[in-house]
Formats: sequence, C-alpha cells, structure tokens
Amino acid sequence: MDKQTIGIIGAGKLGTTLARLGTQRGFTINIGSRHSVQDLKWVIDTMAPGAVTMSTPDVIKHSDIIILAIPLSHYRDLDPAALAGKIVLDATNYWKEVDGTVNTISSMKESSSEVIQAYLQDSLVAKAFNHMGYHDIEIEVDRHPEVRRAMAYATDHDEIRPVVEAVLTQFGFDPLDLGPLRFGLYLEPGSPLFGEAIPRAEFVDKINRIYSTPFGAKILSERGQQVV
Amino acid sequence: MTDKPYTFGLNTFGDLAFHDDGSAMNGDQTLQQVLQEAQLADQLGIDIFALGEHHRPEFAISSPEVVLGAMAALTKNIKLGTAVTVLSSDDPVRVFERFSTLHGLSNGREQIMIGRGSFTESFPLYGYDLEKYNDLFEEKIAMWDQLLQHKKMNWKGKLTQKLTDTMVYPMLPKNETIETVVGVGGSPESIIRAVYYDYAVMIAIIGGEPVRFKPYVDLYHRAVREFNKTERPLGMHAHGIILDDAEEAKEVGWKYIRAEMDRIGIDRGWAPMTRDRFEFEIDKGSYYVGTPEQVAQKLAKNMQALDMQRFDLVYGTGGQLEHQRLATIENYGKRVIPRVKELLGGK
Repeated sequence: MDKQTIGIIGAGKLGTTLARLGTQRGFTINIGSRHSVQDLKWVIDTMAPGAVTMSTPDVIKHSDIIILAIPLSHYRDLDPAALAGKIVLDATNYWKEVDGTVNTISSMKESSSEVIQAYLQDSLVAKAFNHMGYHDIEIEVDRHPEVRRAMAYATDHDEIRPVVEAVLTQFGFDPLDLGPLRFGLYLEPGSPLFGEAIPRAEFVDKINRIYSTPFGAKILSERGQQVV
Repeated sequence: MTDKPYTFGLNTFGDLAFHDDGSAMNGDQTLQQVLQEAQLADQLGIDIFALGEHHRPEFAISSPEVVLGAMAALTKNIKLGTAVTVLSSDDPVRVFERFSTLHGLSNGREQIMIGRGSFTESFPLYGYDLEKYNDLFEEKIAMWDQLLQHKKMNWKGKLTQKLTDTMVYPMLPKNETIETVVGVGGSPESIIRAVYYDYAVMIAIIGGEPVRFKPYVDLYHRAVREFNKTERPLGMHAHGIILDDAEEAKEVGWKYIRAEMDRIGIDRGWAPMTRDRFEFEIDKGSYYVGTPEQVAQKLAKNMQALDMQRFDLVYGTGGQLEHQRLATIENYGKRVIPRVKELLGGK
C-alpha cells in the first residue's frame, strides 16, 4: 500500500513527535495547530524538518488520514463537516493538567474516543497512539528495531482496519487490533495498559489479565458485560 | 561550540535519605543532611546547588528558599538556586521577596529557576485551579519579568493581584538582579516562551538517549534568532550515582532511582521500569550511573552533542545511604567535573 498523506492537528509534545517520526519514515506530513502558520512554521521546520505547516482547515483538506494530537477538551473546536468521510486517528486522552481536574467529557460509560466518534459522526474514527508516552514513541521504536512495540487501536469501522494497520506498521509499531471502539477504554489513563511500550505477546498477556485488576473491575461495574 | 565557561551543579528534591545502617532519616534529618552536602559541594568548588520544590511524602523540601537561606550562611562561593520554583502555583511578588532576601543573605549568589512544574500537588494545596496550569504560568512569568525590572509595579492581572505604583521589598542593590533560568520538559512551547522573555533554559533530560533532545536544542537556537534575543547558556539536568565500583552504582540505582520513578509513575501513568530499560538508560540513555570515568565520558559526549554549557546532576534520587550520597558528590566534584572539562577542552 502506498504511503498515505498524514495530517496532524496539534503541534505540542505528541504532535511534533509524530511529525518527526512520520517524516523520518517517508510519510508526507501536514501539520497545523491553533497558532498561525507564520508562528508555527519555523517551529515545525526545526522540530520536524520536512513536515509541512498549514492551517488546520488546510491540513484536513490536503491529508488522507488525520491524527488528533490536541487536548481532549478542545475537541469541539474541530469541524465535523470538514472531517466527514476522513479516517481520524484519535490520540487524545483525558489529562487533568490540560483538561481540568474533573473529567466532564468522558467516563467509563463513554470512553474519550467514543465521545470523539459521536461528535465526528461522519468520520471514521480509530483510537490509536494513546497508550504510549510521547517520549517512548521515539525511544522504544528506536531502541528495539528487531522487536517492534505493540500499538493498540480500536475502531467501529472494519473497512479502515487495513489502512490503520499499514500506518501503524509504517510508523514502526506492531499494530494490535482491540476490536470495536469501546475497547479503547483499555488504553485510557488509569488502565494497566496505559504507558506501556512492550511487544505484542506481553501486551496481549496484560489485556488478558485486565479484568483481574482494579481498573478492569471498574469497567465491569460501570459498563457491565458490554466491553468484555 | 562557544567559548562560554561551563557550569556544573547539583540538584536535589530533598528525597528522604537513609543512614548508613539502612534506617530511614526523617524530614528534619534529611534537611540537615542536605545542608552538609551543600557545604561539601561548596568546598569542592561545584558551581551551583539547586533545590526542587515538592509537596509529597518522599521529599523533605517544600520551601526551598528557607533551606537556601541556611545554606547561604554555611557556604562561601557556590550559587544557591531552585530547580524549579513552581511559579504557576506561587505568588510572583512573594517569590521576588524571598529571592531578594536570599540575594542579601548570600551576597548575590541566588538563582531562580522557574517552571510550570512537572508535579501538580502544589495547585490544590495553594488553592489554584489545575485547569489553569498554562494560563497561570503565562501570566506569572510576565509578572515576574516586570518585577525583575525593579521599578514601582503597575500590574493588572486576570489570575493575579492588581498593583498600583507599588514597590516590592527588600530592594536589590542598584543594577543587580535575580538571575533567572527557565526549567523545561518536553514542551516546545515552554522553550519558545523562555526565549521570548530572554531567559536561559535548562532542559530536564531524564529518559532516553539525550541526543533525542537535539530538536529542542535546535528550537532554542532558532527561537533566539526568531525573536532577536541573546544566546544564553543552555543546560540539562539528569539523575546520577557516581561510585568507584560500577556494579555497586548500578545496584544502588536499581534500588533507589527505579523505586522513585515507579512511585511517581503511579501518578503519571508511566509503566513500571523494566531492568532492560534501566540498563539502557545507564548504557546509552539519561542515567549517569557508574564510575567517575564512565560518567565523565558519557557526560562530555552528551554535552558536546547537544552543545550544552551547563549540567546539573540530580543526586540522592530515591533517598540512598548517606555514604552513597556523599561519594557521588565527592566523585562529581573531584573527578568528574575536571575530567569533563578536560574532555571538552573548555575552561
């Protein structure tokens, strides 16, 4: 499969890291943020040489796949109409330093990517790039070229799985399909899988044991058998 | 490379330490220990001793300037600093007062390193909204910058107090100021903001291969040109243990550094550290753990690769036994620093 053009919305820790990794791996990367193109361009030219700085609407227009690397609480700034029909990889997480001490956005009953999918109802949302810290995204990919790290993803759209897997593979990861989007709960902060940059077998083993952890118990009590 | 002189410092968060018999020191004992260590660092000619500010059970230092005040009376030459003062959850006016006091007590040896803080306990503790994490810092660094001009303050803040023709005391001697550095992590925006205000920058490089931070170093230099500011010494801080026996240093690190990272990781969502990652951090990554020669070689290589003029070693991470802490400081001052300077061929 040819490499798709990736558009990144958000140019903070994660956005600039993915832009750098993506360009290094031969992707065409477009990136935009809430800053003007003029203010952002020299930053991107330095942090992720080769990535193209654009306005956010232009990033959406000129890219095949969009990665959301913005604070979760900013999701309502996105334009659902502009993103209609696009594959959207949602890398956001609820994080209290940026999103507020009380999480009013997502819950065990509706995980953050389910909230994003409900808002971007005509987009093809997959949760991806969530569970690995922005620093480990580079460190763990670079230092284990022979044993790829698992990057788990979840989506309700079976037709996009091959594309998502190709992108994750080309970024240097071992894509791991969790199934429907609600299983993205496994990847959220608080989960034993959050923060993990480990090979597939270890990751799968942790998934298999998730319901014997306090986090798993919380999923069961909030969501019953839905996610199991 | 520049011809600026190099600066070598020590940092501690006041991790609760251990006596040589393995029994735990309490907060008071740890503070006394840190005072002794600052004196040793001063005698060894280390350039700066800087304290973190934490509000957690593992650490004894929540009020670094008080500790620095005691150090001012016990030391002669060493600079006395913070790493970092969490300006976002503090009152810049009070911060200025504390540091202008320290200026007097230390004969101008004070240095403040301001930052957003990577720990967030201070926000609820002092009644600040964590959701204003970034706005608080933005406003307070602007206020700090105006305070440093040391004129009557006219200030109308959104999240801070209103001041009209107000002077802040004690006044600094004429033409003197409080040396200010900004401590940053992995946020590009933090570097850009520090340069915008024309402050020196210290980067916390506590994991992974340090050369991975090259884009951030490039961003610093680019921002200096972009805003037409002054190139100031760029530095980094990292954890380390320096003992004569490399294996012992490693085992001390595994016992204490790993334990602390894992404890903090519970709140940060970091996965527990594996032995494989720990070894990687020592061999190629950000831990300066080993013999003086091993640490010096690694440090010189990384300072050169990133064109750094300052390095601060975080010692005593996770507590450690008294003699291990002292050995690290001695080895750093007597053997590592001179050797790194020799390897760098600088002053």
